[in-house]
Amino acid sequence: MKEIKVLVFFLSGLMLSLTSQAETLSVVKKRGLLHCGVSTGLAGFSSPDEKGLWHGMDVDICRALAAALFNDASKVKYISLNASQRFTALQSGEVDVLSRNTTINLGRDTSMGLNFAPVVYYDGQGFMVRKKDKIKSALELVGASVCTQQGTTTELNMSDFFRAHQMKFKPVVFESNEEVNQAFFKGRCDALTTDISGLASERSKMKNPDDYIILPQVISKEPLAPAVRHGDDAWFDIVKWSVYALMEAEELGIDSKNVDLMLKDSNPKIQRFLGVIEGNGKSLGLSEKWAYQMIKQVGNYSEIFERNVGAQTPLKLARGLNALWNKGGLHYPPPLR
Amino acid sequence: MKTNFRLHWRRNLPILLFFAVVAFFLGLLFYNLQHNLKAQNIASGLGFLKMQSGFEIGESVISYQSSNNYARALLVGLLNTLKVALIGNLLAVPLGFLLGIFRLAQNPLLSKTSAAIINLLRNIPLLLQLFFWYALFTEIFPSVRQAYHPLPGMFLCNRGLFIPSISHTGLLIMVLAFVFLLMFFLVLKKSRSIFYSSRKYKLGLLITVFILLLILVSFLLSHFHAVEYPVLQGFNFSAGKSISPEFASLLLGLVLYTSVFNAEIVRSGILSVKKGQWEAGLSLGLSSSQCLRWIVIPQSMRVIIPPLIAQMLNLAKNSSLAVAIGYPDFVSIANTSLNQTGQAVELVAIIMLVYLSISLITSWLMNMYNRKMAKGMVRLNPTN
Repeated sequence: MKEIKVLVFFLSGLMLSLTSQAETLSVVKKRGLLHCGVSTGLAGFSSPDEKGLWHGMDVDICRALAAALFNDASKVKYISLNASQRFTALQSGEVDVLSRNTTINLGRDTSMGLNFAPVVYYDGQGFMVRKKDKIKSALELVGASVCTQQGTTTELNMSDFFRAHQMKFKPVVFESNEEVNQAFFKGRCDALTTDISGLASERSKMKNPDDYIILPQVISKEPLAPAVRHGDDAWFDIVKWSVYALMEAEELGIDSKNVDLMLKDSNPKIQRFLGVIEGNGKSLGLSEKWAYQMIKQVGNYSEIFERNVGAQTPLKLARGLNALWNKGGLHYPPPLR
Repeated sequence: MKTNFRLHWRRNLPILLFFAVVAFFLGLLFYNLQHNLKAQNIASGLGFLKMQSGFEIGESVISYQSSNNYARALLVGLLNTLKVALIGNLLAVPLGFLLGIFRLAQNPLLSKTSAAIINLLRNIPLLLQLFFWYALFTEIFPSVRQAYHPLPGMFLCNRGLFIPSISHTGLLIMVLAFVFLLMFFLVLKKSRSIFYSSRKYKLGLLITVFILLLILVSFLLSHFHAVEYPVLQGFNFSAGKSISPEFASLLLGLVLYTSVFNAEIVRSGILSVKKGQWEAGLSLGLSSSQCLRWIVIPQSMRVIIPPLIAQMLNLAKNSSLAVAIGYPDFVSIANTSLNQTGQAVELVAIIMLVYLSISLITSWLMNMYNRKMAKGMVRLNPTN
């Protein structure tokens, strides 16, 4: 462990010197491959299937980016990162974009030198417990052992929650997500805490998901968003507007099935979006067909959501806060013009 | 004199050049790092140590809560590491001696068993062993509500081992009683009075005093409410002392893994002593165990100690695998801090500094001991 850290320390030192001057866009274009930081396996967000292909919402963001950059959604190299490795990997240039269920907060945005693209998934932290323990509220967790992963905002929120309610508890903290879940499902802990989507994801992997319940309390706001390095505004713009474009497509009613038909639509908003009226692509430094390619190959936000975490998937998550603004949600893409 | 200097100069020039080049590259690296951190707006410096950490830690030797600062959190981690390293080495060295001696035993059952244990444990990666012990602890022991209750006041479940705790007063009473017993024993041993000289009589006296003392101590302990028993409260046992499954499996894994290496070192040390020493000892009428204790082991220490130091250091360093099984050791806490603050460079530097210090201090102490042993050896065996 120590040896790896030392290596990362020196390598990050060396790599910082290599990457900081270069423009990310030209580096990525030259390489012909997007380096995308994802989780080590979180069903619905980023997890590999038995063939080693990655699936999930976070993965689809990277695929969409690759489609916008190279007209080919498959030109992505996925680099799976632990919670505690992810920021160093981004800072050092090992990944171009971190699309890994990462919460935006002030500290990360400022002193860690990150920039956050728009929120991809509005989440909140919750607790999962065993049904047979007959716990109805998180306030009953006095003295409980709580399993969680290291290096997440979860650790802090949990401490804050118990401190605010003057309850004692015992954190059991692991480096890898698998160990955390194993410890909980084997009974080492009374509760498992992480973002509610993550709890749903872990529960969906169990043989008997009905034995576990997610408590109603949501103890924090967890806006999950892709992140890029601070200091490269052009690259930041591309990631930011790519995420917006996925939502805008949903708003405009463009999806992967009708996108070719939409090319002939007379609505100037749609024409501008799909690059029939030129301008957006040039402003971003991409081809005019960037948004077309994203929707054609990956789909709009709604398709991405439903495919990975929606009602038809084992996670069964409702749109809730993640609906568009005109449907009672929080996603509000600014005009693409 | 002048030629001598020139000779030195010429001989040392390449070395000096080498150092200059290394220093130049390190300087460049450092400058680059500073520049880039600044360019990317990443915080640097040690100011974060005074900030509130905001996270809780599962187990701690000193009092700690999430409103304490990072420096204290790191101290908690350091003490947890030192705890496991100290107890680990205190157990792994004697166990290593035992296994090493057993492996050389005449009895084939003993030597073959020992060899099997050594070969098995030595050839499985430590991380795997840790996972194994941890899984074992969490799988085979029952849940809190069905905890085993082997002795009064003692509970065993998948949350750990819970034992009664003793207050400071209680501890004082027990220490005083022990000291009294020890002094009584020594006085008795020295006394040359004819009346007391019978061995049987002395033993009887000692046992009587011991039992009386035991009754007195237990009375005092209960009178001062000096013992706190663990009680099941909500999700867990409260009061009393506990040993967490994380600590237990880490300790067990480290001790077993290191002790088999120690055993091989001890074996090689014993084999390094010339056969003549054994023969001489035996011909003087010593039994083979006396021979081992008084003649062979003291001489083999010179061979044993230096590699043993390396193994002790290994145990301390390997304890950083703790993070895999959820024990809050120094690396685990530093990792968490690293993530909350993003100050990778500072924290990795602190991690390196801490492990370097632990290693250097341990090897310094052990080398002192080694010098003492070596000196004694020269006196004992001037021709060697």
